Amino acid sequence: MKKISRRGFLKIGMGTIAVASLPLSLKILKPGEARAAIEKSNVRWGFLVNTYKCVGCGTCVKACKLENEVPYDTPVTRTWVERYVITKDGRVLIDTPNGARDGFIDKKVMGEEVDDSNIEKAFFVPKLCNQCKNPPCVQVCPVGATYQTSEGIVLVDRTWCIGCGYCIMACPYGVRFFHPVYKTAEKCTFCNHRLAKGMKTACVDACPFGARQVGNLKDPNDPITKIILTERVGVLRSEYGTEPQVYYIGLDENVR
Amino acid sequence: MTELIVHGAEWTTKELFVFPNEFIYWSIQIVMYPFMTGLVAGAFVLSSLYHVFGIKELKDMARFALVFSFALLFAAPMPIVLHLQHPFKGINVFMTPHFTSAIAAFGIVFFTYGAIVASELWFLYRRHFVEVSLALREKQDKTLVEQIKYLIFCTLTLGSYDVSEAAQHRDEKAIKILAGVGIPVACFLHGYAGFIFGSVKANALWMTPLMPVIFIMSAIVSGIALCMLTYIIVMEIRKIMIRSRRSPYSMTVEEVKGAEVSIIRMTAKYLLLFMVLAITLELLDLVFRGYTAVKHWDILRTVIYERDFYSIFVLQYTFGNLVPFIMFLLPGLTIRRAIVGLCLVLMGVFMMRWNVVIGGQSFSLTLAGYMHYHMPIVPHDFETLKEGFVGAFAIFAMPFVLFWIISKVFPIFSYKESH
Repeated sequence: MKKISRRGFLKIGMGTIAVASLPLSLKILKPGEARAAIEKSNVRWGFLVNTYKCVGCGTCVKACKLENEVPYDTPVTRTWVERYVITKDGRVLIDTPNGARDGFIDKKVMGEEVDDSNIEKAFFVPKLCNQCKNPPCVQVCPVGATYQTSEGIVLVDRTWCIGCGYCIMACPYGVRFFHPVYKTAEKCTFCNHRLAKGMKTACVDACPFGARQVGNLKDPNDPITKIILTERVGVLRSEYGTEPQVYYIGLDENVR
Repeated sequence: MTELIVHGAEWTTKELFVFPNEFIYWSIQIVMYPFMTGLVAGAFVLSSLYHVFGIKELKDMARFALVFSFALLFAAPMPIVLHLQHPFKGINVFMTPHFTSAIAAFGIVFFTYGAIVASELWFLYRRHFVEVSLALREKQDKTLVEQIKYLIFCTLTLGSYDVSEAAQHRDEKAIKILAGVGIPVACFLHGYAGFIFGSVKANALWMTPLMPVIFIMSAIVSGIALCMLTYIIVMEIRKIMIRSRRSPYSMTVEEVKGAEVSIIRMTAKYLLLFMVLAITLELLDLVFRGYTAVKHWDILRTVIYERDFYSIFVLQYTFGNLVPFIMFLLPGLTIRRAIVGLCLVLMGVFMMRWNVVIGGQSFSLTLAGYMHYHMPIVPHDFETLKEGFVGAFAIFAMPFVLFWIISKVFPIFSYKESH
């Protein structure tokens, strides 16, 4: 029998392991998955919020929590509505009691009741994930558990998320949180499961005043695309370079 | 049904306008994480000062620091693991590294660094392994303990029994190269821990390119301080052992004391050097923020000068930097003064990590509200156990226990002659 040196044995051993582990590292994609990975989508979901129409009823928040099974009585929420009261003497009072799940039933803002005659302006601003074109949350995920679909929606793979919280820290809009049950990163998905079936998001369907609209930004005939292209709209915190895809009509400089 | 608890809600109180999903998500364990990796990197840099730059006075300290760095290495990833919501899924980081993420680099940098430290240690102690295993091989009717010891040391030699002059010369060369390569890797290991914070553009306090450099400098400060402190403790134990005549060493108490003082005074000089660098950078960051005063300075100012004044200016800068700086600068450094100074330095670096990690979350993304962190002291469930005082203390104690175990295999003092 040929005698083998230790060095030789290690060399052959390492080589065998490397070759043997090759098939393990390749993932076989289903035809549909492969097509989705290569093909460019002709859909890019976007959102339009008309702050003039929002009355702060909170129906959208309620609908979202129920639709997406975010525990109802926890303070965390995928979408919320903020109330802004700017007084005549220039003070800015903001609140969102329980994310405005039950609307704004108390006239007190930040524990202070402002007299109507002392209000310069007041308005409501609904917030949700901006499904950024350049999402910092996807960039920082150490395991790639959060990703952007070809239709522009950022999703979280609950089976793979390790719960480090880096994406929560990286989001400039504070839309992410840990799901109280699954203990993984949680966020607004534009109700991806509903959009896939040709429906609207739960919050859009729930809004009685049409303050929220969702649409395909790649379709020039889509009503919201038309508005975004032809009217004066704004986005939140563009200075972060995230290119948010939730557009606002009537955005105020005081909006956080 | 038990009440559902939102992660972070338990130790966070909110003030003024804060987004509904905002909590202190990164708590005490994320303070411990850069603190521990900093100690690893610092201890390694200290040991390399001798091996690479040939600073002879640090010879004794160098071997000690290297072994201690190895012990600290195992403790460094533990805070992150304990912090995870799914600790058992932590392995996913190695299976699916996502290269745009700063945390994903951890696996690669950590194992590279671990391999460097382990191989440097091996070259340093190779002769010792050979001697022990050869001595045990020749011994007739070994006891069970000796059998096990023989097996361990035989394995540790990795089949290489050549301890000739030429072979030892090669060992020394290898150590020098490894220590040289190790310095940038150690700095990278910790620099990227700073990058994890510095690159979070959403956080007004964290986002600065200075963050990695500040972290490296304070890391070296803390690493040197902890090595000096542990060195003093080990020497004190040695003195007690000599006095009670249980010591295997042939030195007298006076000899040990003399060596101790001279080594501590020598190392203190390097500690001072890195302290100056660390403080300069930290103050530069602070001054720059105040001078440029961009949009978020309004709220940062209230956090730095009002809300966190005590932990930043009193604990970190005064008691953690200024007081020990003066203590080490005054001539005639004694062991007792060194101990007090070193404890203060370590506290100062810890407070720096605290002020970065917790301070960075003490104001809201809205820039119109604040959050307060209340560290859980007495745990009442698993979460408050692992992410509270108890978990953090366990992490801090871990390297000392490991050091004690590792020093059984890598003797720090009795092995005087070689290298």
